[in-house]
Amino acid sequence: MSTIEDAIREFEVVIPNNTSAGQTVQERIIQLLEELRFEERDVFGIRLALEEALVNAIKHGNQMNPDKTVRISCRAAMERVRIEIEDQGEGFIPADVPDPTADENIERPCGRGIMLMRAFMTSITFNATGNCVILEKQRSEPEPESEPQAESA
Amino acid sequence: MTPGNRKLDIEEVNGVTVARFTDKKILDESNIQIIGNQLFSLVDDDHRQKIVLDFTNVEYLSSAALGKLITMDKKVKAAGGKLRLCAIRSDIKEVFKITRLDKLFQIIDSRDKAVEGF
Repeated sequence: MSTIEDAIREFEVVIPNNTSAGQTVQERIIQLLEELRFEERDVFGIRLALEEALVNAIKHGNQMNPDKTVRISCRAAMERVRIEIEDQGEGFIPADVPDPTADENIERPCGRGIMLMRAFMTSITFNATGNCVILEKQRSEPEPESEPQAESA
Repeated sequence: MTPGNRKLDIEEVNGVTVARFTDKKILDESNIQIIGNQLFSLVDDDHRQKIVLDFTNVEYLSSAALGKLITMDKKVKAAGGKLRLCAIRSDIKEVFKITRLDKLFQIIDSRDKAVEGF
């Protein structure tokens, strides 16, 4: 008999190049994670990383071009989720993105997306062209339940 | 502005403007654009100088939202005012910490403390 522990959910979609289509697929992935009972803090981090990756693909990769599309594939299992996001842009070199935490960049209003993806995911990798990012997250250990308060004598 | 588009609840407390975000998620470019415009209007149109941004309702925020907050901070400073952030939940505080923006913004735990001593 199959149980939730064996469950693997996967799908692949190609969406039009706009952020509301991005939001829809984001919700679909979050729903999968909730079905698989990922911890709340994992879901927080994955949603944030997804938002950053989708905005990067739509805005920077595809340059908001409505004729372009974004391909998203997701494979979610009990222990791990893997999401691939590919745009039709020219790509970029991740190492060329300036460090947003450097004093000279701290007041710049943009450039923090990749840093947040790295911070919240277990791994993020780009293909050689830089137009496809793979986000992976290993399930966190459950938060320890708080000890019941000892009754005072 | 239609009520559905109102992204900030504004309250005046002892001469301090408290702006509470109404959305749970400050995500999506077009939404963030609207929020940014409503924030900037507090300085550009209403000339408010003591502003507290209340994050009580906010569960998610992206780097694009951080960008708007940075621009807001610059605007307030340029106008000779002060901006404080309050009631930020721990997950989001982590976002400010990772990006080192906890050093740029004045972040105060409770709304009452944020309103005091401007």
